[in-house]
Amino acid sequence: MSHVLKIENLHVSVEGKPILRGVNLEMHHGQTHALMGPNGSGKSTLGLVIAGHPGYEVTDGSITLDGEDVLEMEADGRARAGIFMAFQRPVSVPGVKMADFLRHAATNVRRPDRKEGEELIAMREFRKELKDKMTQLKMDPEFARRYVNDGFSGGEMKRAEILQLAMLQPKFAILDETDSGLDADAVRLASASIAEIGHNKMGLLIITHHDKLLEHNPPEFTHVMLGGRIVETGGVELAQELHSQGYERIRAAHPDAVRANQEMLDDSAEPAAV
Amino acid sequence: MSTDLAAETKEEIGEINKYDFRTESKAVFKARKGLDREIVGQISEMKGEPDWMRKFRLDALDIFNSKPMPKWGGGIDIDFQDIYYYLKPAEQQGKTWDDVPQEIKDTFDKLGIPEAEKKFLAGVKAQFESEVVYGSLKEDLAEQGVVFLDTDSAVRDYPDLVKEHFGKVIPSQDNKFAALNSAVWSGGSFIYVPPGVKIDFPLQAYFRINAENMGQFERTLIIVDEGAEVHYVEGCTAPMYSSESLHSAVVEVVCKKGSRCRYTTIQNWANNIYNLVTKRAVAYQDATMEWVDGNLGSKLTMKYPAVYMMEPGARGEILSIAFASAGQHQDAGAKLVHAAPNTTGQIISKSISKNGGRGSYRGLVKVEKGAKDSKCNVVCDALILDKESRSDTYPYIEIMEQDVSIGHEASVSRIGEEQLFYLMSRGLSEAEASTMIVNGFIEPLVKELPMEYAVEMNRLIQLQMEGSVG
Repeated sequence: MSHVLKIENLHVSVEGKPILRGVNLEMHHGQTHALMGPNGSGKSTLGLVIAGHPGYEVTDGSITLDGEDVLEMEADGRARAGIFMAFQRPVSVPGVKMADFLRHAATNVRRPDRKEGEELIAMREFRKELKDKMTQLKMDPEFARRYVNDGFSGGEMKRAEILQLAMLQPKFAILDETDSGLDADAVRLASASIAEIGHNKMGLLIITHHDKLLEHNPPEFTHVMLGGRIVETGGVELAQELHSQGYERIRAAHPDAVRANQEMLDDSAEPAAV
Repeated sequence: MSTDLAAETKEEIGEINKYDFRTESKAVFKARKGLDREIVGQISEMKGEPDWMRKFRLDALDIFNSKPMPKWGGGIDIDFQDIYYYLKPAEQQGKTWDDVPQEIKDTFDKLGIPEAEKKFLAGVKAQFESEVVYGSLKEDLAEQGVVFLDTDSAVRDYPDLVKEHFGKVIPSQDNKFAALNSAVWSGGSFIYVPPGVKIDFPLQAYFRINAENMGQFERTLIIVDEGAEVHYVEGCTAPMYSSESLHSAVVEVVCKKGSRCRYTTIQNWANNIYNLVTKRAVAYQDATMEWVDGNLGSKLTMKYPAVYMMEPGARGEILSIAFASAGQHQDAGAKLVHAAPNTTGQIISKSISKNGGRGSYRGLVKVEKGAKDSKCNVVCDALILDKESRSDTYPYIEIMEQDVSIGHEASVSRIGEEQLFYLMSRGLSEAEASTMIVNGFIEPLVKELPMEYAVEMNRLIQLQMEGSVG
């Protein structure tokens, strides 16, 4: 069965200031989409809104997953429905071991109807699975005993996000600059890992500035965001064009979106991406 | 103690305590309500105490009457004349499990004591009402000369040892509630570990209060002789009450040269109880004293475990967790006194407040003149779960010596929207995510607890967290 994540005319504000101004995007299971665009154009916001961040107000439009209203769901409901976001800056949770956190998360995602306090996945079974996935991702098993993102290097954080992606096997995953802050080797490893875990196995929305992450994950669709809208959609060749030539042509073609983007940067409603 | 009344009370109080069960108890002797020389004399007489203890009690009563209520901490609203100060539940103290009356066993079953016994408990001292009703001690410990008794029996069986130390670490003059305990104390544990004896498993005591208006005034004295080691653990759960209730314990610990003592407490009081406890240890040369203290529940807890480092090389460590929920004030902290050179101290305090609860850290670090090269580090972290809740820090530092190193770090954080969102975006409900964050916050302390207490602590936190999120 082919799953569909559909975003229609999505308008989003923070503290009354518009950030997304009518986003339309349709993704099918197994497809890879690249989402590109200059800083502050609303890429991360789109990801966070899909994932259910409570700090954003949806003022118009809809998000549906296989026809179900996603906006009606809390963040945990969306995860259980099959939506995942790999964060650009994951939050640390001191004192909580990766393995415990992941066992809880995997149980809930795999058994969406689980009530609080009901059994988790059997420990032995879970440990084996986690170990296998970590081996596959070339991660040190010691990682599972560390506290969630606590004291992690930039690279470790991104790898931890990929490990979560591998364990939770969502229908749709948004990867928000999973390559930022990584050196060339680390990006290559991340890219290969994502391809192995996700390419053609889920719907991928890859937010990136660079082409490295797309090397192993060639997108069927490339979307360009500017001023809170997707102003152009093309194939893999559009991603290549943006990498080699930048956003000049796009800016020239969409002066109103450039203005909107500038307003958003001035308001700095969203911190500029690193 | 009709069940209907208990049910009504529960409704009134609102927050249901998981451990809110009661067993019908038949008091064999119950002193009348109130506090005066006659009652204190009667308690001493019922226990068949020697004259010195009777005099100690009566003197303490005078001191109690002469001292004002403490002006710090929380508001204390207690009618001292409206409390039963002594209640003896059964004729004799049970020597073996078979001797323990069934109704008391039922209560202990609910607390999981027999199970714990089966696992790795060596000696269990359990206090039911005011007396210790069940106690066992492994034979090999007895052979090594270790004494582990309720304090009443110790007064009778080891009069010299008790007299030498009783009320010396915490004299009755120390504070109003230490004086009250000294006047009316009953039960508690007495431990003596002879020189060089190292007990490699925790000695445990469970106790709980189980009668309305029943004050609980246990008195614990631990003497760790030279080079000896002991870990004493007490866990405590309490049922609900319909009226104010008072718990005021005194714990004295003597750590002689080169010895080591760890004292672990997990307390979960019903939220109408005043828990006003004085705990203090003296540590001599190269001795180490560690307090591990978890406080949940109660209306007001005022507790500041102290270590007085009397000789060079002594070490004092205090780890404390406090969880304050609706209608609760945890005024907890620690006190370290560096009275000799080269002494080392550490305080780690973690407090959590939710649903309008109030957590306070109150700590004193004192370095006396001449305590050169002493080091002390204080870390206190507070986690506030909602806007209604509150956290305060009152650190007091008195340093009379130049050549010392003192560190103090404090942090206050709220459960962040970002942390919650991150965990929820992985499929955890808001309640599960909050509980996970709180458990993570206290994990550095929980991992110091013996296994079953760590499990219990996490379960208690989970119970406290249930229904906390709308």
